[in-house]
Amino acid sequence: MQKPFIVKILFVVVVLLGFTTAYAQDVEENLQTHELTEQEDSDKKSEIQEYINHHLLDSYDFTFFSDEEAGKYYGFPLPVIIFDDGLKIFSSSKFNHGKTVAEVDGNYYKLYHNKIYKTDAAGSINYDDEGHATNEKPLDFSITKNVVTMILVSILMFFLFRALAKSYKKNNGIPKGVGRFLEPLVLFVRDEIAIPNIGEKKYKKYMSFLLTIFFFIWFLNLLGMTPLGVNVTGNIAVTFGLALITFLITTFTANKNYWAHIFWMPGVPKLMRIVLAPIELLGMFIKPFSLMIRLYANMTAGHVVLMSIIALMFIFKNWLGSSLSFGLAFGLAILELLVAALQAYIFTMLSALYFGMANEEAH
Amino acid sequence: MEIPTIVGAGLIVIGAGLGIGRIGGQAMEAIARQPEASGKIQTAMLIAAALIEGIGFAALFAA
Repeated sequence: MQKPFIVKILFVVVVLLGFTTAYAQDVEENLQTHELTEQEDSDKKSEIQEYINHHLLDSYDFTFFSDEEAGKYYGFPLPVIIFDDGLKIFSSSKFNHGKTVAEVDGNYYKLYHNKIYKTDAAGSINYDDEGHATNEKPLDFSITKNVVTMILVSILMFFLFRALAKSYKKNNGIPKGVGRFLEPLVLFVRDEIAIPNIGEKKYKKYMSFLLTIFFFIWFLNLLGMTPLGVNVTGNIAVTFGLALITFLITTFTANKNYWAHIFWMPGVPKLMRIVLAPIELLGMFIKPFSLMIRLYANMTAGHVVLMSIIALMFIFKNWLGSSLSFGLAFGLAILELLVAALQAYIFTMLSALYFGMANEEAH
Repeated sequence: MEIPTIVGAGLIVIGAGLGIGRIGGQAMEAIARQPEASGKIQTAMLIAAALIEGIGFAALFAA
């Protein structure tokens, strides 16, 4: 039976309200909750700032809730893999959330500002004049929180799309279950993004990449909205990786017209061609660079604004201000749902546009 | 040093806001004139808005 539309809307509203409340609880657990004097007011502000900064960063353990004062963490540690005179694998519980020094095969490591540094047994960190740590940093291949989330999303995508493919086989080309939700999206990527930008003839070879990147970014963005506290697409290293793949595919599948447009622009005077060549060459790198910055900045800005407004509840501490900021946070959560889909769309769209440029026929 | 950075960030936001606002307004006008072309107009609008946004963010990072 078809559920009425209003029920679906209500479902989304209830889920978002739950998420907003859960975030608020998490923030509250990290802040003291007694009356404020002026001194404590600025303390609370820096505390909130620290909490938001911490949320934006990657970490070596997966913590759902924490109570910093009581020193309690609810979550699980993740494996740390570092390369420093041979491969070393140990659990991140050895760092004890940055409080203790981890000893592995006679070497000592300590977490400082969320990075692993090699130290002596006492865990002392040396600083240069500008206050940066000068300790040696081992090569880090750890399975961090972001890596775990990406692996989870990959597995989720594998099973979802395998289910779609299987239901095609079983039902003579009619999807069932979750496939009914995914099929229109796949068709959307094909008909609205790939074909208009790349062209009927060559779009097939790029479809797998475009579909993967669309769903990957979208799922990660949506996961960032849950109280799990993951912020994967708001990590510049992740978006750098995604943009790098787009850049490599563009560069290595480009035909001779693409290179002609960069180094010897047809249809303009000779002198202009020499002036244009370095600009176009720079443009080759600026395009994926802007992809990277756009996704990273949008997701980071969204998270910061949302968490700041949730934190406002604990600064106001009266029923009017707090309920107003709760309403605002709820409205922003809805907006962020839109942004999550929009950013995935824009990233895919612009990638397709660049692939289209690389495959342009002479005209 | 603190004040010029903030002023710069404000200027960037004003510029990007004007740009995206103009794109949105013009796209609305175009859709009102030719509702059957709304799909194509929306796509072009989103791309243009994304490009301006990219420049805006790049400038914000520099500020």
